Amino acid sequence: MSSGAVAAPAPRIAGRVGRPSVLTVYRWEVFKLIHLKRTYLGLGLSVIVPIIFAVAIHFRHSQHGDFAFASYLNRSGLALPLVILLFGAVWMFPLITALVAGDIFASEDHNGTLKTVLTRSLQRWQIFAGKTLAATTYAVIAILLNGTFAVVAGTIQSGFNPLQSLSGTTVSASHALGLVYLALVIYLMPIATVLCIGLLLSTLTRNSAAAVVGTLMISLLFQLIGVLPGLQGTQPYLLSTQFQAWQGLLRQPIDWSPIVQAVWVCAMYAVPALGAAFLIFLRRDVAGG
Amino acid sequence: MSATTAPPLEVRGLVKRYGNLAAVDGVDLTVDAGDVYGYLGPNGAGKTTSLRMMLGLIRPTAGTVSLFGRDPWETARALDGVAGFVEAPTFYPYLSGRRNLELLAAFDGDGASALIDSALQTVELTDRARDKVGGYSHGMRQRLGIAAALLRQPKLLLLDEPTTGLDPGGMRDMRVLVRQLAQQGITIMLSSHLLAEVEEVCNRVAIVQSGKIVYEGEISALKRSAGAAYTLQTTDDERALGICRAQRGIEEARPSDGKIWFSAEEEEAVAALSQALVEGGALIRALTPQTARLEDLFFSLTEGAGNGAEDAAADGAERESIQAQAEATR
Ligand SMILES: Nc1ncnc2c1ncn2[C@@H]1O[C@H](COP(=O)(O)OP(=O)(O)OP(=O)(O)O)[C@@H](O)[C@H]1O
Ligand SMILES: [Mg+2]
Repeated sequence: MSSGAVAAPAPRIAGRVGRPSVLTVYRWEVFKLIHLKRTYLGLGLSVIVPIIFAVAIHFRHSQHGDFAFASYLNRSGLALPLVILLFGAVWMFPLITALVAGDIFASEDHNGTLKTVLTRSLQRWQIFAGKTLAATTYAVIAILLNGTFAVVAGTIQSGFNPLQSLSGTTVSASHALGLVYLALVIYLMPIATVLCIGLLLSTLTRNSAAAVVGTLMISLLFQLIGVLPGLQGTQPYLLSTQFQAWQGLLRQPIDWSPIVQAVWVCAMYAVPALGAAFLIFLRRDVAGG
Repeated sequence: MSATTAPPLEVRGLVKRYGNLAAVDGVDLTVDAGDVYGYLGPNGAGKTTSLRMMLGLIRPTAGTVSLFGRDPWETARALDGVAGFVEAPTFYPYLSGRRNLELLAAFDGDGASALIDSALQTVELTDRARDKVGGYSHGMRQRLGIAAALLRQPKLLLLDEPTTGLDPGGMRDMRVLVRQLAQQGITIMLSSHLLAEVEEVCNRVAIVQSGKIVYEGEISALKRSAGAAYTLQTTDDERALGICRAQRGIEEARPSDGKIWFSAEEEEAVAALSQALVEGGALIRALTPQTARLEDLFFSLTEGAGNGAEDAAADGAERESIQAQAEATR
């Protein structure tokens, strides 16, 4: 038999060498994200919002808002990334995250391509892992990009000046810069949770729009529960609260307790969501398309 | 591993139920190395569902699939040396044909990417490889699907209605390609609802209806059973039946609808029979070759089920007798 003669046989590497891995999937998922409009929609939102904020401050600098750090906005550009973290928690960051997380599995259903990739040499868990990593990469880039643009735009607007902490003390500009990036990293915990919820809805609904909207709804629902009378007691355990955990960094000395709380509360939501998504993806029938 | 001795495809007691509907209802079949196996059935017979299970895309409700001895639902390893597609092949529409193949080759590993150029050439898509698949016609996608399958250097190809939706030229090209691939030693399992197609390219066939296999065997046996049946009316049918049964080359003689039904492989045998009848004193009133050709056999096998229990039962009996005929003529 000469099955190799079908298409001029290439030198086949014997054994396991050259078998595809999670990394293979990851690389191609990133490549696909680079070719998708929604990636740029999300990243564009991340970049444009700090610029809009900076411009707004420029034209309204006489007025003082009543939210945390607002009064500092004119004194130090380093307050801008923190203010955006505060406001972005409502819907902007959940939306940016959900845009890709909600789509990454559902788009395969939409294009009917799951059957195409699942009939190659990869196990289902490898596809799942590669996609999850790619969606995570996107979310991390979106958050860091947002923070960096906010630092730059804020600095241009209000200068690279020392920041006043929530305890009233003054933090040097360079130290504050470090705190800003640390805050971004801590912010990634609730973001990762939203991501996992997005991945779950993406596998569950097999519909990109439903998954994106659903993820956003869930994130808004947490905020709603938080403000309902009588349910105040649930606050420490809500996802929405964990978006504020980074504020502990702005106290002197640093208050780690909300951050530690965020670690396990986020895990409490993220791990079951991701686990369920994983099991669904592993067991599901791939029909249609 | 028993991978070298196990047949390319072995299916036992395969069932897939959707609610009350048994889309696939107890399918057994074995595809041996070198076979071009036709999986023939009308719309909704369960062909695609079967192939999905064979490729490990959906989990069987019951039964087993084994590809070279390995279960595709258990491990993607089972797909080593196996390629194919169900329904229309699908690709990422926003990537070019070549990029899609590069992605799939990466997912195959083992140097599959070195085969992209030749695979594109085989399906004559080299010129359009740089265009986005979103702009491809159905026929081009179908060919890209074959190219994608070839990247895996398959020993077994599973193709779901590869010619459906193609123009006559495209259908011919596809059949030529399938035959070429078979000649190169690839075992092929292809589903179709066109009898003529299966007759043209396959050596074995399973005819499936409502999820059940109603005929399984060599195409040539099916053809013989379909093409060489006669009915006979004489002045003395009782005597004639005896003569038929005694005559060499005349098989399966039996009374049917007030006539005698028999099959014969050789027309010479029929000629000899007519002489024997005259000599035996049973004069021929009518000797009619059964025009029921393969097509009719196919329809008789695949139609009627579901028109009420009685019909179905009658059909079942008819099918069994046809199956028996086919078996006998092998
Ligand atoms: N995911 C599903 N959910 C429910 N029913 C299904 C599903 N997939 C298939 N079926 C049913 O199973 C039966 C067999 O379908 P299948 O697609 O396997 O037929 P087919 O032989 O490929 O038909 P065609 O020639 O039209 O492609 C049909 O009645 C179909 O409605
Ligand atoms: Mg089908």
